[in-house]
Amino acid sequence: MFNPKNLKKDFPIFSRKINGKTLVYLDNASTSQKPKSVIAALSNYYQTFNSNTHRGIHTMSEEATAAYEGTREHVMKFINANLPKEIIFTRNTTESINLVAYTWGEEHIKTNDEIIVSAIEHHSNLVPWQELCRRKNAKLKIIPIKEDLTLDLDAYEKMLSHKTKLVSITAMSNVLGYMPNLTRIINAAHKISAIVLIDGAQSVAHMPTDVKKLDCDFLAFSSHKMLGPTGVGVLYGKYELLSDMNPFMFGGDMVKSVEQHKAYWNDLPWKFEAGTPNIADVIAFDAALTYLEKVGLQNIQKHDEKLLKYAISKFSKYEKDGVRLILPKTHTSSILSFSIKGIHPHDIAQIFNDEGVAIRSGYHCSQPLIEHLNLSSTARMSFYFYNTEEDIDRAEKALQKTIKLFK
Amino acid sequence: MELYSEIILDYFKNPVNKGTIAKPSGSALEHNPLCGDKLRIDLLLDKKDKVIEAKFSGEGCAISQATASMLTEKLIGKTPAQIKKIENDEIYKMLNIPISPGRVKCALLGLVTAKKAAILCKKSTK
Repeated sequence: MFNPKNLKKDFPIFSRKINGKTLVYLDNASTSQKPKSVIAALSNYYQTFNSNTHRGIHTMSEEATAAYEGTREHVMKFINANLPKEIIFTRNTTESINLVAYTWGEEHIKTNDEIIVSAIEHHSNLVPWQELCRRKNAKLKIIPIKEDLTLDLDAYEKMLSHKTKLVSITAMSNVLGYMPNLTRIINAAHKISAIVLIDGAQSVAHMPTDVKKLDCDFLAFSSHKMLGPTGVGVLYGKYELLSDMNPFMFGGDMVKSVEQHKAYWNDLPWKFEAGTPNIADVIAFDAALTYLEKVGLQNIQKHDEKLLKYAISKFSKYEKDGVRLILPKTHTSSILSFSIKGIHPHDIAQIFNDEGVAIRSGYHCSQPLIEHLNLSSTARMSFYFYNTEEDIDRAEKALQKTIKLFK
Repeated sequence: MELYSEIILDYFKNPVNKGTIAKPSGSALEHNPLCGDKLRIDLLLDKKDKVIEAKFSGEGCAISQATASMLTEKLIGKTPAQIKKIENDEIYKMLNIPISPGRVKCALLGLVTAKKAAILCKKSTK
């Protein structure tokens, strides 16, 4: 039985008080909280089999290697990839995207080629492509956003041509919560043989992900937004693409054999994992995946929808006080951005914090989008499965206090 | 102690010296890129090179806007050289509220802008 109140008990942080009040955590799009099992897995590694992977013959090194590679297999199953070697561990989503830019991008993007992103991308899925285009004299095209805050996919389809080499797009906007129609985007790109990278930083934590069904070429996401430790990112890539790509970080572990003036790359996925990896955090990420499977990604998705509806019903009551909800026409996910006329989002977040409610304020690493919305910044609530309607009620109280204070 | 003290809220809601000066002796615009705050400070000097009028304009959080307003009052009678010497601590004392690390930039945006305006001040031609 899915019961957020019981699940919350698995997260030690919720015993914490902020300004004398029980913590209400509504900043999950920034990072999620961690269950006991993940924290225990971290300390268990350090206390019982701390050693380096892929190197030692001794028992603990073999245990560490097995656990590290075990997480890789688990990630493969979690997103329904074909092979463990299609899973590369990085530091975070940003590094996963940069890995593609510096390897596949460096080799395949030529002068006058075109890369397509959208107007709702996080800086991490925008700046690496701006830079690649600058290096290669290629062109960056941007799918526009419509009045109703959804993407103009007709315009996107018109942008596609033989010049288009890559389409890189988010599965869920970290500001709007909006989820573009990936099937349509991917199918259209594949028709002209362009490669598609999906930024799954927000989506993978909140809904079932099936890379085979999606047929994306790359998928980037982070452990820390899905109960796992910080410092672990994932890059999924189709085997044919990854095996063709040359590494861009060189050193130990990524080589098969080294001569004084030449080296031979290791097999996939290790040719992309130079140096001692983030062993402890990768191992603990496995416990996060197990926990999410136990809760059920479909349950999480349904719960997100329910909380969003509840939050909209509560917050829309204050439109007369200048509260503006930033709602795309199609919106069912876990993110709700808002602004209040005449009150800066930093002040909103500060007063929410006085009430023990953690929300995010600012540009959310999406400055072009925020400016498009004619706002200098926004306040954002983002939910996860451990949040309850009572949490939203506490946020509503904080909203009332904010309005009253600045009236 | 409350961050949003009565004084801060009063200066935010009813700001003193809000506006611009048509022909300022010095004017500067500063941004706080993390929060999207924008602040402009205009200074007008008299014959003795002292500020006779100081105005602020822009948008931002209550802390940055109220501080800028309070600061413009403090600037009257000071020379550009004196403005350049104002220490951050004087701002914290003037505000008399707990400034957390996340709000330091908001609290100091006014002073940074005022110092820039002071550097750009031309001698009065009056």
